[in-house]
Amino acid sequence: MSTFIQTLAVGLRLGSIYALVALGYTMVYGIIRLINFAHGDFIMVGGYTMIFTIPVATALGLPAWAAVLAAIVVCALVGMGTELIAYRPVRKKGTNMTALITAIAMSLFLENLAQAIPAIGPNPKVASQIFAAGGLRIAGVTLEYTTLLTIAISAVVMVVLYEFTQKTRLGRAMRCVSEDKEAATLMGINVNHTILSTFAIGSGLAAVAALMYMAQYPKIYTTMGSLLGLKAFVAAVLGGIGIIPGAVLGGVVIGLVESFTTSYISSSMADAFVFLILIVVLILKPAGIMGKNVGEKV
Amino acid sequence: MKKNRTKQGYLLNTIVIVALFALFQVLTAAMGGSGSFKLVLAPCLWQCCYLIILAASLNLVLGFLGQLSLGHCGFMAIGAYTAALLSLACERAGVFEDKEGPVFLAVLIGCILAAGLLAALVGLLVGIPALRLKGDYLAIITLGFGMIIVNIINNLPFCGQDGLSLGSASSSLYKNGLGFGSKGKVSYLWVALLVTLLCLVMMFMFIRSKYGRAIRAIRDDEIAASASGINTSFYKIMTFSYSAFFAGVAGALYACANATLSTSSFAFSNGGILNSTFIVVMVVLGGMGSLTGSIVAAVIMFLVNYQIKNGAWVTALPAAVQGVFQYPMLVYAIVLIVVIMFRPKGIFGSYEFSLINLGRDLKAARLRKAAERAERKEAKAHA
Repeated sequence: MSTFIQTLAVGLRLGSIYALVALGYTMVYGIIRLINFAHGDFIMVGGYTMIFTIPVATALGLPAWAAVLAAIVVCALVGMGTELIAYRPVRKKGTNMTALITAIAMSLFLENLAQAIPAIGPNPKVASQIFAAGGLRIAGVTLEYTTLLTIAISAVVMVVLYEFTQKTRLGRAMRCVSEDKEAATLMGINVNHTILSTFAIGSGLAAVAALMYMAQYPKIYTTMGSLLGLKAFVAAVLGGIGIIPGAVLGGVVIGLVESFTTSYISSSMADAFVFLILIVVLILKPAGIMGKNVGEKV
Repeated sequence: MKKNRTKQGYLLNTIVIVALFALFQVLTAAMGGSGSFKLVLAPCLWQCCYLIILAASLNLVLGFLGQLSLGHCGFMAIGAYTAALLSLACERAGVFEDKEGPVFLAVLIGCILAAGLLAALVGLLVGIPALRLKGDYLAIITLGFGMIIVNIINNLPFCGQDGLSLGSASSSLYKNGLGFGSKGKVSYLWVALLVTLLCLVMMFMFIRSKYGRAIRAIRDDEIAASASGINTSFYKIMTFSYSAFFAGVAGALYACANATLSTSSFAFSNGGILNSTFIVVMVVLGGMGSLTGSIVAAVIMFLVNYQIKNGAWVTALPAAVQGVFQYPMLVYAIVLIVVIMFRPKGIFGSYEFSLINLGRDLKAARLRKAAERAERKEAKAHA
């Protein structure tokens, strides 16, 4: 029983990290129909920013997690830069496929640029403790503070984001642009600005995800984002891409599947099971768990 | 008249290819022993061969069928492992002793064929459920299948993560199987070239046949195609499986050209030139729907990769530029972004290079350019 609860907690923690990253994917995909392969690398950017800002934060007498504010700013800037420099020009000229290739190239570029910066380099770096050590004992199981905080913070972020897209002016503009770009333009929405702010918010979420990730796995390396990003994208597709609650659900499902496979079946098969779940869901319900099946118009 | 011209085209191609091959054989005989040919050119040619097959075979699915597949390396991994394990088994059974003679050649051909067939079979099994989906969903599901294939190979007791284990060292493929050393790569280079040529011929014949026309119809408008009596799922799955066959063959060639095999070389994001995304990049760079474009792009990608790492001219550059060139993938990414920005349709677009039509095509291109220039002039005059 205690193993079960422990596994559940680990799964939820992993799931909330995936969900945060998946939100970024889903928002960008929803608005410009592009699998942003570079999104995983925004996590890496956030991670390295925090490596450098955590000592600053502690020197100023702030808690270590305050460094995430700097990481959010840096990530948002990198995200907007990617959109402005690479995606926007290509989107004007090329097709979906060329945009996808640009995304792959951007991902490679970011990973290797990080390696080329002398202060970062190819070797992994280790972050210091972010949240307080120790944990709560409930029914014979120790739940670490990191786990609880990760789940709680992610939940808060998701609720805020959902309310943001439903209630605020910018959030409604985002939903409108993802529905129909021309109609949005006619309604007086600046499409380019809306896309840019979507990138900023999505990348900022990646920085928060980086904080959660580092709290658990303090080792940071330049390609850390690729597999994490991939699984998060799988989570977004699983839940129904473009749908915010779907991304959260998908992330939690992926996290749970991974942690239960690891602890009950085999740790080396965890990735295979994640993708197996994806395949089963997509075959049964091609639009994802929460997606609506839209018939094709002739 | 038109049929006659096609025949003439085939004849011309055959003559040119035979002449090139003969020239190549003469050159090999003349320089085969020399250091730079043996150590540099021959391994490079092997690498080019399997990259060309990979890019061209993915183009069948991506360019002609219009479906994005991100799991092509999974099929390649299957081919590589099939060929390697089969050759090791043959050696253990005493079918061949050293890597010479007709028996070994037969084993080699058998391995390549088996690799292709098994990959095609897996392609069929993957394709049946996967091709019910479209676009980005198909991309992500093929990516998933690619990961699962690699993951399963990793967990098979006789494959293992660190090359082929079974007690022996990872060099066993080189010592006992079909992995070629630098000498073997020279003496069996013709096999690689011939296999590549055969694959390309098969692909060209496929896209020019009624099957090829059918899949292009599906790419352009699936609903219209099915209304015209094309069984879309049959053609989709068949093309997928056909393309997987060639990926398997490329995998077998990869196994021949490498002393060790490890699944990490086929993983989705290994940072190297060889992963599923790079094959997609090659196809898009060369032009979707142009097999000759894929060939050119594969060679260009290989050369860029190779030159950045090993080119002598790199040392002649200023120190700052050289510093950047220490990170080949960084340069690679920048080159890619620049090319995509200025030529979004790829190098060839959907144009197929052909010898017999070369004169006509060049003339047409010149005329088109002249017309464009005239139009621009007129527009300027109006303004």
